[in-house]
Amino acid sequence: MGTLSERILRGTAGEYVDRVVDRAYVHDGTGVLTLEAWKSMGEKRIHDATHLHVLFDHIVPANNSTTATLQHELREFARSSFLRFSDIGGGICHQIMSEGIVLPGEVVVGADSHSCTLGAFGAFATGVGATDMAAIWMTGETWFRVPETIGMHLSGSFTGAAEAKDLALTYVSRLGMDGATYQALEFIGEGTVTLPMDDRLTICNLAVETGAKAGMFYADDVTIQYLARAGQVASLQEPEPCHYIREIDLDLSDIVPVIALPPRVDTVKPVHDLVGMPLDQVFVGTCTNGRYTDLARFSRIVKGKTVAVRTIVVPASRAVLHEAIRTGVITDLVEAGCTIGTPGCGPCLGAHMGVLGEGEVCLSTANRNFRNRMGVGGEIYLSSVATAAASALEGEITEPEVV
Amino acid sequence: MQVKGRAVCVGADIDTDLVIAGRYLRTKDHSIWVAHVFEDLDPSLAGRMNGSVIIAGKNFGCGSSREQAAIAIREAGTVAVVAPSFARIFFRNAINVGLPLIECTLPCTEGSFVTFDLTEGWVETEGKKYTTPPLSKRMQEILAAGGLVNYWRTCR
Repeated sequence: MGTLSERILRGTAGEYVDRVVDRAYVHDGTGVLTLEAWKSMGEKRIHDATHLHVLFDHIVPANNSTTATLQHELREFARSSFLRFSDIGGGICHQIMSEGIVLPGEVVVGADSHSCTLGAFGAFATGVGATDMAAIWMTGETWFRVPETIGMHLSGSFTGAAEAKDLALTYVSRLGMDGATYQALEFIGEGTVTLPMDDRLTICNLAVETGAKAGMFYADDVTIQYLARAGQVASLQEPEPCHYIREIDLDLSDIVPVIALPPRVDTVKPVHDLVGMPLDQVFVGTCTNGRYTDLARFSRIVKGKTVAVRTIVVPASRAVLHEAIRTGVITDLVEAGCTIGTPGCGPCLGAHMGVLGEGEVCLSTANRNFRNRMGVGGEIYLSSVATAAASALEGEITEPEVV
Repeated sequence: MQVKGRAVCVGADIDTDLVIAGRYLRTKDHSIWVAHVFEDLDPSLAGRMNGSVIIAGKNFGCGSSREQAAIAIREAGTVAVVAPSFARIFFRNAINVGLPLIECTLPCTEGSFVTFDLTEGWVETEGKKYTTPPLSKRMQEILAAGGLVNYWRTCR
């Protein structure tokens, strides 16, 4: 009996537990500090390299020689210590872990705040910092405070042009930026069966924007079939009677296309209210909305037309890029005037490949619109893929048409 | 043990991008983080960090898991951060790098003295004393060791 977090962490809400970690991963950003902390801890011992992943995604390929040198050191370490390594072009850490690696019921930690994305599989997945990760490299375990859980009851199904991102931004605005701090979100109810894995990953991705430690779906037939296609065998998880500290009802048929206004993810308005706002850049990608279904949806809308503003599309992984090449999606995007980036985080964190200039406005499918995040003096509006596509064609914020 | 510092006031929901921007992350040179700490919030803050107690609004440290945020604040000379609540990854990171955090709602007058005692669980400013919730035993041990690296080197 208990919430999914309580069952996986084997404790009751509020309790501190030590748990062996089933999978742990870092990227090229946090991995550098993790390696430094691990070396300083003195023992220079790796507990079990087969469960440790190093995935380069934040600044790929390296943008200058400082970055390149840091990446070189981490790459050499990962190889010589037999950690599971994904080099530049492999894709975003969370995406690769979602392509048949993370399984239901696992305890997963990533040295990145959006590690909560993987709760979509019914895993307990959460972000930690570099020094915590260094201790996990050494011991294979870490401590958790078992979170209280908010029950997010989903009913109905999406109508019109609404999509998972609109639901995610809507619940972030309902809860607020710290509405679920130290807590977990469980997405339950009949509405969940209508959501494919890509949607669930988008929905769980935004959990941390409410302060939540985890965002989770129970593994059901959708999960099992997705993992089977990736060559994995997994078992179903059935909800049990449990205690939620708060319950929220969300009818998917009420969700409309929305936008989060800078500089807060929880300041959310219907796209309708912002129609006509001029844009300097549209960015499609990230661990929120860089999956194949996102690229395909974007290309369906812009195919045969030409974007009216510079538009950067970054596939979330090599598998996504490969599928988009195979099906002609990439051709359609290029013909529509989009620029395609290396699989990875792209310009989301303002380091390279699409940094904004002073006074520029970007409509992005990412998950954060904090001040100066994509460049000093630039403003970030967050939307769904369909809204980004309709807006790219007009060069200004535009309501997506019902397809 | 009593520790004293001067108040530096910041607002609520301060994200880690504001503490240290993404454009300064790709280095192991901690002095770069110290030089640019809070630059996008208020460029004058970096000069007032040494010996400070940062008094913030709710949800301090939300957003990215970048540990450079906690390192920058500690190495700039801040002795503690006080806020009604902290984002959870920042909370762990701060303790792990030896930066004390105090969960408390405090009034803030820039430059006024703030005294606190982590073991006894109180903080005092502007003539008023507030009781603060104790950290877990393990977190106290990690802080006492000066962070998780030293904790592993010396305590285990």
